[in-house]
Amino acid sequence: MKKKKIEPKDTVEAFERAVKESDSQLYVLRLYVTGATVRSMCAIENIRRICKEYLQGRYDLEVIDIYQYPKLARGEQIVALPTLIKKLPLPLRRLVGDLSDTEKVLFGLGL
Amino acid sequence: MTTTQANRIQLALPKCPTGIQGLDEITHGGLPKGRPTLVCGSAGSGKTLLAMEFLVRGAQQYKESGVFVSFEESEKELMDNVISLGWDLKDLIDQKKLLIDQIYIEPSEIKETGEYDLEGLFVRLGHAIQSLNAKRVALDTLEALFGGFTNELIMRTELRRLFRWLKDKEVTAVITGEPGDGNLTRYGIEEYVSDCVIVVDHRVKEQIGTRRLRVVKYRGSTHGTNEYPFLIGEQGLSVLPITSLGLEYKVTTERVSTGISRLDTMLGGQGYYRGSSILASGTPGTGKSTLATSFVHAACQRGERCLYFALEEAKTQLIRNMRSIGIDLEPWVKSGLLRFHAERATSSGLEMYLITIRTLLDEFKPQIVVFDPMSNLISVGTGEEIKSVLARVIDYLKIKGITALFTNLTHAGGPLETTETAVSSLMDTWILLRDIESGGERNRGIYILKSRGMAHSNQIREFLLTDKGVDLLDVYLGPREVLTGTARATRVAEEKADRLRRQQEIERRQHELERKRAAMEAQVAALRAEFEAEEEEVEKILAEAKMREEVLEENQKRMGDMRKTDE
Repeated sequence: MKKKKIEPKDTVEAFERAVKESDSQLYVLRLYVTGATVRSMCAIENIRRICKEYLQGRYDLEVIDIYQYPKLARGEQIVALPTLIKKLPLPLRRLVGDLSDTEKVLFGLGL
Repeated sequence: MTTTQANRIQLALPKCPTGIQGLDEITHGGLPKGRPTLVCGSAGSGKTLLAMEFLVRGAQQYKESGVFVSFEESEKELMDNVISLGWDLKDLIDQKKLLIDQIYIEPSEIKETGEYDLEGLFVRLGHAIQSLNAKRVALDTLEALFGGFTNELIMRTELRRLFRWLKDKEVTAVITGEPGDGNLTRYGIEEYVSDCVIVVDHRVKEQIGTRRLRVVKYRGSTHGTNEYPFLIGEQGLSVLPITSLGLEYKVTTERVSTGISRLDTMLGGQGYYRGSSILASGTPGTGKSTLATSFVHAACQRGERCLYFALEEAKTQLIRNMRSIGIDLEPWVKSGLLRFHAERATSSGLEMYLITIRTLLDEFKPQIVVFDPMSNLISVGTGEEIKSVLARVIDYLKIKGITALFTNLTHAGGPLETTETAVSSLMDTWILLRDIESGGERNRGIYILKSRGMAHSNQIREFLLTDKGVDLLDVYLGPREVLTGTARATRVAEEKADRLRRQQEIERRQHELERKRAAMEAQVAALRAEFEAEEEEVEKILAEAKMREEVLEENQKRMGDMRKTDE
């Protein structure tokens, strides 16, 4: 019985802590593109803008050209391009496309 | 197919042999080289295995390395799945002859945020092909992609591009797909892969599953259009275990005894042709197995090897039963001339049974084969399936020059001169065993319905099972009916009595005639005697009269002399 009384207290605390942390969590993002195509450029521009706007100071973005590192495509399970992989925070998410739909990108990133 | 034909096709369209047993025969050489082939079929139909075998055989037999792109199973799962077939994928991977790339798509992880393409897939595939210098590619199941992405328009454009790209890479690709409503595949991939389409399925009919394969389309090439049963055996896929695409086999005029001397006589005096197929059909208990075992017994006595497929009786039971009619098969089994294979076809399904047949034939190399009864196969498939399968079995046997006897059970009351599997046209000799019911008893009758290429008797014979084997007897052919059994015996006795009676009658008549003749002759003698007596009398009287006349004349003359007449 005692335990039960404590549990809700803990959950609430955990939740509040999570909310607090979400503002300060580090985002590890990898953007895979295919050379310097229009679509690639568009995606790079879009993610840079979004990061600046919403994740100022707490993101690690890396842009990778899959043509130069074809082996990575296998390791990272890349099928569609461009793909933005949100490695952290968990859960892992893959955002496929040129990231032009900002609302969907934010939803996908959990923002 | 002659070599020249094969060459012409080879020139017209280069083909890539799959190495899968039977498939290359159906496709007349293999899949279109450098082009994609679609293999569609529902879950469990064997399409993944087909794709994998295509790569494994390529690597092992044709020195062509391959890339397997799996959208469903992981590398390890695939390896484990085929280890039972003796394929060591790990070894092939280590030798750089095979590469498995699992493309893992988890729809819940993916969010679409704008325009995209499947360049990632191309890059991966391209890299894999390049690193192995691969000539073969398998994509299993490409349709899983459609599950991961929502923009169908993009998917379709990209698919078209993929197939174009595969052709440019000059790899022979096998793409698998799941069937959909009205379409061959759920997402209509067949629209893009138009060079060769193969459909596989796994149908369960009356609790027995049979896998089937059909080449729906093969652009620029002829191909077998039938549905062929195939099976997944110990060495992988095997399409239509018995391959025969022509009716070219050597025939002999050599004859083999049926084991029943009077039946030999009925068949032109010498028995069956060697290498022919014989059907013995009849209702239950008409002696089909007996006919078969007599044949086997005689063959073993000649020192020939016999294989007996008993589909309904156990070996020991057959041996025991046949001993009761004086046929002892035991010594032949012991000496290795005779082998029984007693198994119901239902225990494994038609396809497995077929592979068993073929394996045993190849292993035992018999001269005589018996299927007893063939009709048991009906429980495994429909008439048409069995017919096509039997046609192949028979062709295979003929190519090997094996004489085969099939017994067929026809149901009492059903039409006798039909087989449920309608295979009679495949048979060279058809012997009908039937019950002849009359006078309160059933007797066995036998006659030859047809026998190709030999003069044969058109007579019905009574088929007698004695303790010294089979004997054929003439039946009683009366003016109105055919009599057998006791009725025949009775009639024969009656005839004998009749004949005796007739004989006696004739003798009696002759006797009578004799007697009459004697009587007549006696009468004639009496008459003659009477006549003679009368004649004698008359002559006497005449003589007396004459004498009297003379005397009278004498007297007158004397009187005249005495009177001194002057005239």
